[in-house]
Amino acid sequence: MKRSHLLLLVVLIALPWFSGEYYVNLASQILIAAIFAASLNLLVGYAGLTSLGHASYLGLSAYISAWLSLRMGLGHALTAPAALLATTLTGCAFGWIALRASGLGFLMLTLALSQIVWGLGYRWVGVTNGDNGLSGLTRPAPFGIDLANSAAYYWFVLIITTLVLLVIARFVNSPFGATLRGTRDQPRRMSSLGYDVWGIRWVTFVFASFLGAVAGLLYVYFNKYIHPSVMSVTVSAEALLAVIAGGSGTLAGPVVGAALVMLLKNYASAYVERWNMLMGFVFVFIVIVMPAGIVPGTQALLRRLGGGRK
Amino acid sequence: MQFWQIQTLNSFALGGLLFLLSSGFALIFGLMRIANLTHGALFMLGAYVAVSAMRAGFGLALAALIAALAVAAVGGLIERLVLRRLSGNAQGQVLATLGLSFIASDFCLIVWGGDTIPIQTPAMFQAPLRLFGLIFPTYRLVVVGIAIVVGVVLYLLMERTRLGAMIRAGVDDMQMARAVGIRASALFTIVFCLGALLAGLGGAVGGPIFSAYPGLDSDMLSLALIVVILGGIGSLVGTFVASFIIGFIYTFGTALLPDLAYVILFLPMVIVIAFRPTGLFGTIKT
Repeated sequence: MKRSHLLLLVVLIALPWFSGEYYVNLASQILIAAIFAASLNLLVGYAGLTSLGHASYLGLSAYISAWLSLRMGLGHALTAPAALLATTLTGCAFGWIALRASGLGFLMLTLALSQIVWGLGYRWVGVTNGDNGLSGLTRPAPFGIDLANSAAYYWFVLIITTLVLLVIARFVNSPFGATLRGTRDQPRRMSSLGYDVWGIRWVTFVFASFLGAVAGLLYVYFNKYIHPSVMSVTVSAEALLAVIAGGSGTLAGPVVGAALVMLLKNYASAYVERWNMLMGFVFVFIVIVMPAGIVPGTQALLRRLGGGRK
Repeated sequence: MQFWQIQTLNSFALGGLLFLLSSGFALIFGLMRIANLTHGALFMLGAYVAVSAMRAGFGLALAALIAALAVAAVGGLIERLVLRRLSGNAQGQVLATLGLSFIASDFCLIVWGGDTIPIQTPAMFQAPLRLFGLIFPTYRLVVVGIAIVVGVVLYLLMERTRLGAMIRAGVDDMQMARAVGIRASALFTIVFCLGALLAGLGGAVGGPIFSAYPGLDSDMLSLALIVVILGGIGSLVGTFVASFIIGFIYTFGTALLPDLAYVILFLPMVIVIAFRPTGLFGTIKT
């Protein structure tokens, strides 16, 4: 870890002592969005598979955990692993279907699958309580530490986020990560070298859905409420925007992108109620003007400046 | 008896509307390799423009024509102003259409508000039709008729006209088509406008069945995706067949198992994808 990363971590740990509750909660939301975007980035950036259905995993794990605790009366020690497992298994199945195609076909399949999950969230009223959502949920208390207040929950999210990002960094820098980038850039060559391109993509898909499920748990613990709209294409698109705006295929990109998207969403919604329209314009703008994303764009700029100084 | 008969006709009507919607999507995808995610929004825009045209005193037929042309113009603008800048960048194009679909649906929310707006069935089609001792809701028959006419016209356009031959050439091999002097640029705009026109027409014609409401775009986009995945992306015949298959499954699914209608949609798609990744009639590998 570089010194600047440690410094950032120290600032983040200290955040609740020098800022108000509003900002602590906003920071928690940004971190959750960062995990979610970083998990999507495994597919979009490192596997070269643009998924438009990632909200399914966030929503499924949130719903499963909520349903198990409300209807079955189970404690968090059981609901959390059950939700992660069930969502990851769904990811196994959806990955198997969606990876019958690649490119635009993959995108359309992931979108269609997630629209089905979203429709189910709205219509299967007996289980999901439909448009009213599920409320009356609680936060877990790991090792007896109460997470009810916002600073405690923020630190909890910060720990998980740090762990997830370290795991992702380890994953993409491993030999497996190298073969994954190989299947993104040269699928045919990788295949003729004897690599199982499909299998590599599938494992990555499943891993991304597992991390999406982690974000889903943090999300539902934070809000203590879950509504079908969390599985809508808007949420998938927000995460995709974070990945692409930040810079897909980089470690920091999705985190920066998620922070920007959440800040924009929070501040813009104070002035305009048209978040969807604003997001649409940002999408078109980014795609046309800054296709490589903000982080690689800035890096290139810094490199050019540094080169000029020599 | 009455239930099955009515639901069967409803299925045909939904299938017809799905064909109007999906055929445009399939045409655009086949020629331009663009997954046009604004297609659901264009359908919804068609319904809303028809609402406004009817408030201005036009009948549904004329309103549908206005809606179709207006939406075609919007489609032309999208193609010329946005997608053209991103040609060759398939991912950029699909993300741009995603962004545009958010803009379009929010625009509809601003202009026409959040309440469901019903669209009146034209007076001449309001009375049910009695035929062979059976009773049919007339308007649904009209919708099926329109879909069949559009299907035949599209087929003739693609198979019997010069424009159709150029489109088919472009679908098969764009570089070769350009090399023999086909102006791909103009062709793209025409096909995108045509696809948008069909979506707008579908929205207006479907108005008396679906009404116009926020969220229509998202519902329709999902159905269109499922239809084209099932039928084979880019295949007109496949789209036609799959539209009616999904029309039946969705209508009966909603009537018999309202909670799980969406899961039932999922099954045919999964089965087809498992055995034929290109869809029922598809030839394009993605």
